[in-house]
Amino acid sequence: MKSIGRFSYALFFALFLGVFSASAQEIPSDEAAIKAGEALFKANCKACHAMDKKLVGPALAGVTERRETAWLLKWINNAPALYESGDEIAVQLVNDHGGNLMSAFPTLKEEQILTFLAYAKAWKPIDEGSTNNDPKVAAQPQDNSLLVIVLSITLVILVLMIIVLVLLSATLTKQLKNRGDLDEAEEEYVSQRHNVIKALTHPGFIGLVSVIAVLVGLVLGIEKGLYRIGVQQGYAPNQPIAFSHKIHAGENKVDCNYCHTGVRKSKHANIPSPNICMNCHNQIKTESKEIQKIYKAIETGEPIKWVRVHNLPDLAYFNHSQHVKVGGIECQTCHGPIEEMEVVRQYSELTMGWCIDCHRKTAVNAEGNDYYENLLKVHNERGTKEAMTVEDIGGTECSKCHY
Amino acid sequence: MKENKKYWKGLEELNNEPGFLERANSEFPEYLPMSETREASDAEDTGRRDFLKLMGFSVAAVSLAACQAPVKHVVPYVNKPEDVDPGVANHYATTYSLNGSYASLLVKTREGRPILVEGNKLSPISQGGVNSEISASILSLYDNFRLQGFTEGGKAVSQETADQKILAKLQVIKAQGGQIRIVSQTVMSPSTKAAIAEFVKEYPTAKHVVYDASSSYGIQKANGGLFPDYDFSNADTIVSIGADFLENWGSSIEYNKQYSKTRKLRQGKDKKNTMSRHYQFESNLSLTGSNADIRKPIKPSEEGRYALALYNAVASLLGQSSAADVQVAHVETVNKAAKDLVASKGKSLVVAGSNDEAVQVIVKELNNLLGAQGSTVKGSTYLKQGNDAQMKRFVEELNGGQLSAVFFYNANPVYDYPTDIKDAIGKLDLSVSFNLTADETGKLTQFACPDNHYLESWGDAEPKPGSYSLQQPTITPIFKTRSAQESLLKWTGSATTDYYAFVKQYWEANVFPKSGSLVFGTFWNTILHDGFYEVSGVAPVEPVDEEVVETPVVPVADAAVGEEDTDVEADEEVVVATPVAGLGDAVNAVLSKKGGEYELLLVPSYALNTGAQANNPWLQELPDPISKVCWDNYISVSQADAAKLGVVHDSSTLTTNLATVTYNGVTLKLPVLVQPGQASGAATIALGYGRTDAGRLGKTVHHKNPMGQAAIGVDVFPLIDASKDTLSYSVSGVVIKATGEKYQLAQTQTSQTVVGRDNESGLGIIQEGALADYANDNKRGDIVWRPKLHSSEGVVDAKELDLWVDAPKGEEPITHKYNNHHWGLVVDMNACTGCSACVISCHAENNVPVVGKKEVINRRDMHWLRIDRYYSTAATREKEGFNAMEIPEENPEVVFQPMMCQHCNHAPCETVCPVAATTHSSEGLNQMTYNRCIGTRYCANNCPFKVRRFNWFNYADNGDPEFREIRAVNTSMNDDLGKMVLNPDVTVRARGVMEKCSMCVQRIQAGKLEAKMEGRKVKDGDVDVACASVCSSDALLFGDMNDKNSAISKALNEDNADRAYHVLEELNVKPNVSYLAKIRNK
Repeated sequence: MKSIGRFSYALFFALFLGVFSASAQEIPSDEAAIKAGEALFKANCKACHAMDKKLVGPALAGVTERRETAWLLKWINNAPALYESGDEIAVQLVNDHGGNLMSAFPTLKEEQILTFLAYAKAWKPIDEGSTNNDPKVAAQPQDNSLLVIVLSITLVILVLMIIVLVLLSATLTKQLKNRGDLDEAEEEYVSQRHNVIKALTHPGFIGLVSVIAVLVGLVLGIEKGLYRIGVQQGYAPNQPIAFSHKIHAGENKVDCNYCHTGVRKSKHANIPSPNICMNCHNQIKTESKEIQKIYKAIETGEPIKWVRVHNLPDLAYFNHSQHVKVGGIECQTCHGPIEEMEVVRQYSELTMGWCIDCHRKTAVNAEGNDYYENLLKVHNERGTKEAMTVEDIGGTECSKCHY
Repeated sequence: MKENKKYWKGLEELNNEPGFLERANSEFPEYLPMSETREASDAEDTGRRDFLKLMGFSVAAVSLAACQAPVKHVVPYVNKPEDVDPGVANHYATTYSLNGSYASLLVKTREGRPILVEGNKLSPISQGGVNSEISASILSLYDNFRLQGFTEGGKAVSQETADQKILAKLQVIKAQGGQIRIVSQTVMSPSTKAAIAEFVKEYPTAKHVVYDASSSYGIQKANGGLFPDYDFSNADTIVSIGADFLENWGSSIEYNKQYSKTRKLRQGKDKKNTMSRHYQFESNLSLTGSNADIRKPIKPSEEGRYALALYNAVASLLGQSSAADVQVAHVETVNKAAKDLVASKGKSLVVAGSNDEAVQVIVKELNNLLGAQGSTVKGSTYLKQGNDAQMKRFVEELNGGQLSAVFFYNANPVYDYPTDIKDAIGKLDLSVSFNLTADETGKLTQFACPDNHYLESWGDAEPKPGSYSLQQPTITPIFKTRSAQESLLKWTGSATTDYYAFVKQYWEANVFPKSGSLVFGTFWNTILHDGFYEVSGVAPVEPVDEEVVETPVVPVADAAVGEEDTDVEADEEVVVATPVAGLGDAVNAVLSKKGGEYELLLVPSYALNTGAQANNPWLQELPDPISKVCWDNYISVSQADAAKLGVVHDSSTLTTNLATVTYNGVTLKLPVLVQPGQASGAATIALGYGRTDAGRLGKTVHHKNPMGQAAIGVDVFPLIDASKDTLSYSVSGVVIKATGEKYQLAQTQTSQTVVGRDNESGLGIIQEGALADYANDNKRGDIVWRPKLHSSEGVVDAKELDLWVDAPKGEEPITHKYNNHHWGLVVDMNACTGCSACVISCHAENNVPVVGKKEVINRRDMHWLRIDRYYSTAATREKEGFNAMEIPEENPEVVFQPMMCQHCNHAPCETVCPVAATTHSSEGLNQMTYNRCIGTRYCANNCPFKVRRFNWFNYADNGDPEFREIRAVNTSMNDDLGKMVLNPDVTVRARGVMEKCSMCVQRIQAGKLEAKMEGRKVKDGDVDVACASVCSSDALLFGDMNDKNSAISKALNEDNADRAYHVLEELNVKPNVSYLAKIRNK
């Protein structure tokens, strides 16, 4: 019944659309389309949109219900044109968002936009308890719980089996004892008592256990110890001035670029110099002890020695502008919920594996950037539906980061 | 390939000496002598147990060390300058105008510190070229040996105290009428001259004495007082008689650019390829001579005769009366040259290197005869203004105790002037040195008031009349130094003592009015950006009338009164070159010149010039382009003379004999080098070495020089003949005697030999042909030899056999695809003059370490880019060797081949690395990943081009006392100050990893990023590699071979398709570096 209901609904929807717009198509619901849509979203939309909250543009969850598909197709393809044409919804939208007009994506084909809509339709918020918005990290606990369930079921079955076997053995022994027609050797065997302590102190057992212990220790040691050398995830040193990102970036919503001026033009994001602080703090909270430290630095010319939180080794080259300006990556992707941090801590591992992993998964923000024209052409010629990832254009080659 | 040629890198290879073979057969020296004290047997005992112990310890140490991560700080500016963004490079236009070299520069700075000097491509004079000396000057900025502030008698004093004391002394001297002299090398800066003129006005007894450590007073005198402005770009025939114009002679950077334009093949009138023809008559095999099409070795004393013979030949061809008859040995060549000169009349140029006025007069008249004026000789330059006669007079006055005060500005005459003045300086009432270091002169003066380094200072230059160039600081002075001009203005009591304001005022008053601009501020900002200003419509100055003659020596004192009348007269005679009465005198002078039994020519060293930057390890380790010797100077003699002297050169240990040179009562001891192409009966020694107070290098490197001094090389300035009014760099009647003592020379010529692969023909490496063959259209395409190989399918082109592309049917061949970029480099061997500026630029850009003399001898030099120099002789090879008709080492031809990682598409190194530390990129680069390398060195063994370098030791921050030499020589990685020069975008490599040319991948990445940020494609020229960007002869061309419109695509596919080849093409490793076959115009 249910499937028939859904089918009829779809049919009705299709008919409904067909009446109003000849070009409108149905939003696909298959897994591949949703995945392609997700990649598209990450490559093109993520800079301004989030699914669950308003960034530059509105939250996109439920957009397929709010707007008609035909309108969405037009809007996404060429928002400025729609706005110019005086479309009511478009004008309203732009006014609601501080005059920010969405840029046009003329190269996106209709099918591509539909895959994105499929993704928007299928999108579900991640469970409430998790504070971060990264689906990758959020998914991990789920995986773990599944493992725990499987393991505990196995354990329960094993325990039950042991109980059954022990009971079985006891019953059999009892019966044998009762028979009374056993010879001496058999009698001795049946009536012998198993000495647990003896078994436990048996050299074979100790040997086995210690070998296992050493192996487990080694594996854990390598995994938790040696592999973690130099990995400072969670490192949150005390800073000379108790600066709070929570107050500045979180509560007062100061744009990251305002202070970290290099982030869109340099390899370094740059720690702001006191003269940037002074833009506000020559007026605000001038009596605060912490801010007095800035005044002192300016008076004496003695620079402030911040403790560096993110330490890449010298052999790795990282460039902020490549990732932020060209790639359109959000600060939070690597730095985590910085707007909630009272003291900045290193959110990501900053290991090579972590870098490579992202380069393998992330689609290149290639649309509208002539630089990628050839690469995109070659990629599309392959006929794959997957978005072009950083790896596809050589982003995991040694000399991209090591020279 | 018409001729059967034999190519050889040195005599040891030519003669197949056992020592050479021994060294050539192993990529690396067999043993690793870490310590001289440790016994060899100790090293052998290091067995498995020791290894395990060490490994256990290291693991423990690493784990312990890792327990606590070191706290790193990040320190932002207190008040960030608006245009400085950490991580973003800023470029400033400035000017270098020292030691007779001029170049307009673009200096790259990071976080306020200059890290790279490159040429300013806008400049019409230097045209983006620099030489190795200028390239390396960035390291001299961060020299710890520089004076850190003012001193008096060697003790630090404040600037105020020094000012007071000097001023007080000056007042006394002025009151007593004591004589004051300011001694300097050539000053190209008009505002400095103005500042000196102000000083002279305040102290009328003061005079400015100008000299040049490498003087060209003879040529100035012959040309009316100024160095002529030669234009090689207009010359179809060039004859040079001992002028090394591509090295350190005249405006050599400009000449390199001009010369290479004529050497690159271009379409002539008849649509055939053409190029200039270059004759060279010289005694030593110079850089210029090695580029000549036709070269004849002659003795220095014969230069005048050859000039005269050439004059006669040309005159008779033109139907003019010739001068007195003269006999020369190479009369055929002279006649041939004369014929060519006359044929290209108006586009011919004759130059001579001699400092003898007579020779230069003949050359000048010869050029006039050939109609060179206005075409290849255009007016004058101010590059060299030294006046030997004036200097000689100064030295006499100084030694005669007639002077009261002397100021030394950019002058170190105690070292670089032949006459001894040490004691006299101590007797002066006041002696002040503005030199940057306490050098040989500076340590003797009462006061040292160090000038700023040129990169810290404002200033300007006028290299040619009407060509103004601005020098702006690229960093605040590192030490408590003050520009010399500011000091002089302070002591003058001038209204403007701030030199920046002074320069600006000077430009506002003197240059701005000529520009026709309306607002000075706008004009000034344009100049700051461009770095220079050309006054258009300035007629080339023809220095014939006396007024002009006086300009270069501006501060001639106003006529003094009384007793000194005679002095002044004498001075005027000296300052104003005596008018030459025509050819007659010169002919007699030339004919009367007698050569001695043994002659000696002293030339500026290629790397060090006259020694101003002797404390610069990059320059010390730069192999001489011809002899490939670094860290020493030497007596170069011909093979025949070496045999007479009984000198034995052992190629396995690079050991040679020492010999004494005696001339005019001075005896010096130097090693002897057998130099092919050296004229017999004449020896050559380079100047610029043997500085005893150059700085730390000489003191800490624990080899003593052959004289037993703590210095690098031997000072040969005392051998210069200063008896006449013009210094003579060639002397005859020298006595050379081998002492039998042994001495090791660090020579790199056969250390990275392409083992055995070129034994028979050398065709795989060097390809060349004659213009006559090439210009003929029918034969185009034959010029490059394409190797053929025998295969199962008969003889095939080597390019068809490939280990890589063979794949089972239906499978894609294993080869690389370049979807976006395909970077490549083209080297035009016709244009490359071997100048080696690229080698230094590579050092600076890629943080390449210096290893020191000992390690160079051990064949562990780290140059990523080397210039291979091959000698060749056209000869039929017979069983025993060469045809008896020709002795190959007497006058070989020379080819230069810059050799760096070839970035093979099918790279042999990539396939043998067990840890995939060297891999191929999707842009054609052969990548080297240091942090993955474990140092097996398989890649280096498998590299056919021998371009990989292994870090045998920790070259950076090496505190181990055993490696004190490495620490001392590699200042850019061991001194806190020296480290300022490091490129922050390039890793400093640790011990035990392989490194090599990365094709400046950091620049490629930066260029791509810039394009991405602007949302556009990479344009041709956006990315340039460090070597190509400084190339003063435009021989290197870098670009994207996937871009059909790029210059490199055109060079490879259209212009030179038939000249382009790969080195060792028969191996078919498909390099991304192509070479254009050398064409000789014989």
